[in-house]
Amino acid sequence: MNLPSIAWIILFAPLVAAGLILMVTRTNKPFAAGLAILSALITTVGGYTLFAKSAEGVYHGFNWVDFGQAFSIPFDLALDPLSRTMLVIVTTISPLVFIYSIGYMKEEVGFARFFAGLALFLFSMLGIVLANNLVMMFIFWELVGVSSYILIGHYYHKDSAADAAKQAFLVNRIGDFGFMLGILLFWIATGGPSGGTFSFVGINHPAPIFVQNPALLAVAVVLIFCGTVGKSAQFPLHVWLPNSMEGPTPVSSLLHAATMVAAGVYLLARIFPILASSPEASEVVAWIGAITALGAGILAIQQDDIKGILAYSTISQLGYMVTGAGLAVSAALPMFHLFTHAFFKCLLFLTAGSVILGMHHEQNIWKMGGLLKKMPVTFITYCCGMLALSGCPFFSGHYSKDLIMACSWEHHRDIFWVVVIAAGLTPFYMMRQALVVFFGKARSEHSEHAHESPLVMTIPLILLAIPAVIAGYPFFEHTFFHEIGSLAEPEVPAYVPQVFLGVFLAGLGLAIAIYGRAPEKDPIRIPFLRRLFYIDDFYFWIVRVIQGGFAKICSFIDRWLIDGILVRGSATVVWTLGFALRFLQVGNIQAYALFFGVGVVGLIYLLLHVR
Amino acid sequence: MPTLANYLIASGLFFALGLGAVMLRRSIIVIFMGLEMMLNAANLSLVAFSRYGLVSGHQNFDAQVLVFFIISVAAAEVAVGLAIIVSLYRARQTTHVEDLDTLKF
Amino acid sequence: MLLAAFWFFATLMLLFGVSVVVLRNPVSCAMSLVMSFICLAALFVTLDATFIGVIQVLVYAGAIMVLFLFIIMLLDLREEKSRRLNFGATVGGALVLAAFLSIMTQVILSNPAFANQTPKLAGPKVSDVKMIGMTLFHSFGLPFEVVGVLLLSATVGVVVLSRRTLR
Repeated sequence: MNLPSIAWIILFAPLVAAGLILMVTRTNKPFAAGLAILSALITTVGGYTLFAKSAEGVYHGFNWVDFGQAFSIPFDLALDPLSRTMLVIVTTISPLVFIYSIGYMKEEVGFARFFAGLALFLFSMLGIVLANNLVMMFIFWELVGVSSYILIGHYYHKDSAADAAKQAFLVNRIGDFGFMLGILLFWIATGGPSGGTFSFVGINHPAPIFVQNPALLAVAVVLIFCGTVGKSAQFPLHVWLPNSMEGPTPVSSLLHAATMVAAGVYLLARIFPILASSPEASEVVAWIGAITALGAGILAIQQDDIKGILAYSTISQLGYMVTGAGLAVSAALPMFHLFTHAFFKCLLFLTAGSVILGMHHEQNIWKMGGLLKKMPVTFITYCCGMLALSGCPFFSGHYSKDLIMACSWEHHRDIFWVVVIAAGLTPFYMMRQALVVFFGKARSEHSEHAHESPLVMTIPLILLAIPAVIAGYPFFEHTFFHEIGSLAEPEVPAYVPQVFLGVFLAGLGLAIAIYGRAPEKDPIRIPFLRRLFYIDDFYFWIVRVIQGGFAKICSFIDRWLIDGILVRGSATVVWTLGFALRFLQVGNIQAYALFFGVGVVGLIYLLLHVR
Repeated sequence: MPTLANYLIASGLFFALGLGAVMLRRSIIVIFMGLEMMLNAANLSLVAFSRYGLVSGHQNFDAQVLVFFIISVAAAEVAVGLAIIVSLYRARQTTHVEDLDTLKF
Repeated sequence: MLLAAFWFFATLMLLFGVSVVVLRNPVSCAMSLVMSFICLAALFVTLDATFIGVIQVLVYAGAIMVLFLFIIMLLDLREEKSRRLNFGATVGGALVLAAFLSIMTQVILSNPAFANQTPKLAGPKVSDVKMIGMTLFHSFGLPFEVVGVLLLSATVGVVVLSRRTLR
């Protein structure tokens, strides 16, 4: 079995599984889950094989659109260090989440449908990872959006879930519009109908027109970045991700923490050479990442939903990754944080799922408490994830996050202060969550009677906790990233790492101080934060007033002007004319003869006198 | 010697009389006679043009052939028209044209 | 002399025409029409169209007007009772007539070609019956046959229309 075949198999195996589940095994639960997990394991084996054998090159598939030189979109797979590493990330996490879902979704309706959705998502995500050119990546980009829509709206009879799915898709669409414009701009710049290219190899060399017009290059790169803004929930298109928590928790962990939202960062890593060659675009990218990191961190402080805290934390960490890309140091910088984040964030969501299941689907942290003793495995794995996220030394997140912050000290001092404050907020809200959920007394019936989750769920937790701790260690850093780019520590004064440690401890300590006494309800209430900076309200206002108003105008024009005046009006005119002419039919023969005579005389007159 | 204009004016006046009979008289038979008058006025015009528009020294016989046809067609038309009037009289018992108004709107 | 003949017969024809329009009794109208047709035939003769003149008397005055008289007698029509005059229709009709007459005279008098005197007939005197016959059967053979069919259909139509009941 040669490497190209393996690559094609791992791409299409999940799609085949999804198709089979939908067509054949709708009601047979074990079979559906088994098929999906089998396809995920096939991808894992294949992905590790490709990584181990250092598969390299472009595996040609077929030409989807072929107009010869002028315009062609091939479906090829690109294997290079970046895609191999991403492949390992995706294929390691997916089977664990699939297995976890067996336990989580056991009592739920739509069990088979859920696994089909997960398999479809896996297919789409692998397509993004292995895509050779921008258009192919865009197609799979939209496919993950579709999978996300299907999975968020799994409980489709709930209005909030259906609305959240719609919002996710539509907000992503806005970003994708910019993405498409960027793709077209790059195509035109690299030659358009004579030599224009969509492939990453082609666009990463600055085209002559870009060399002459750096402003145009910046615009093109920022347009492609719009896709990232949508998919990775950066400001201002972040509003969909907290609402996507309406989907089942495995979905939140797989899609909206580890892989799908990371696709935006993957895109930036793919176009990193051209991104780095445009200082203006890098500036924009870095600042948006930083603003997102800080803003989301602030909002996470006041979240009461256990998944909501983690959602805003995800947005904040994605901001870190985007900042890392915008610093234009190397493609490996954001990818390293993506690597560690995928493991510990997926772990955190799965532990939250375990808690939710134990609490019989109660998600408000102020109804929980004292779960430490009742769910020990969950608690320990949760701690691994929490410490990794907060940047505690010796855990994976510390290495990647601090590297980004150190690079920002060296390259962009303003952004450094922003991300440092965000780094202080992270341990604060995570410790808050830990204290309120696991420590203290039980605050409600559910938390009194909570129990540990079954093995099928706790084993994935344990398996994920291991990389959450060790994934940042130099061995892994070297194995996975040395071919992608340089992760050399920048030259920083000695006090900088101490600032990081201090910030970490300060956040932790502040949380213990405020929430250590396990209060009944939140002592801090900041309405501005609870209303999410009023951004969501602003968007709803725009849709209701501006789009709604425009729709009303269109409706008016359609109903009254087009239907009323043009269509029915012309019919009425004709009818009236007919009605008026009817009065000429008097029935009297001589009257007709008179009309005839008048007509003839008139005609003769016209013929004679009108030249 | 009469000019062509003389004959044409005579034809025109005869035609006007026929038209007047059609528009002003109330009896169907007389209206029908007015129709015949109009046809004959046209015949007079044709024969006048045949005489005054000579073709290589003699009258234009095409016009006279046309008059021949008009007379025969008029004969057929009168036969059928009078048959219709007889049926109408049988149905309505009147020849007064103002009584025939069932085709009003 | 031709001029005198024209004036005599033309005036007579028009006077009889006026009496067709004016007289009340339908039989009187029919007889006036017969007389005007005979004057018309005389006018045809002054135009050297003797065959047509003869045909006019034979067919029109002799057959068609006789048919008219038969029908008048069949329907036993009496004098037309005078009803209340429809003012609008009368005025309208008079206006149309006046307009027609004015246009007609305008056209006829404005054209200089119509002011020519009667042109001389050149060549040997040909029998116009013969000439009409030749023209008819040489150039108008098909219309001739078609008129035959037309007369046939008119005959059939009359027979059908004369039936007492519809079958």
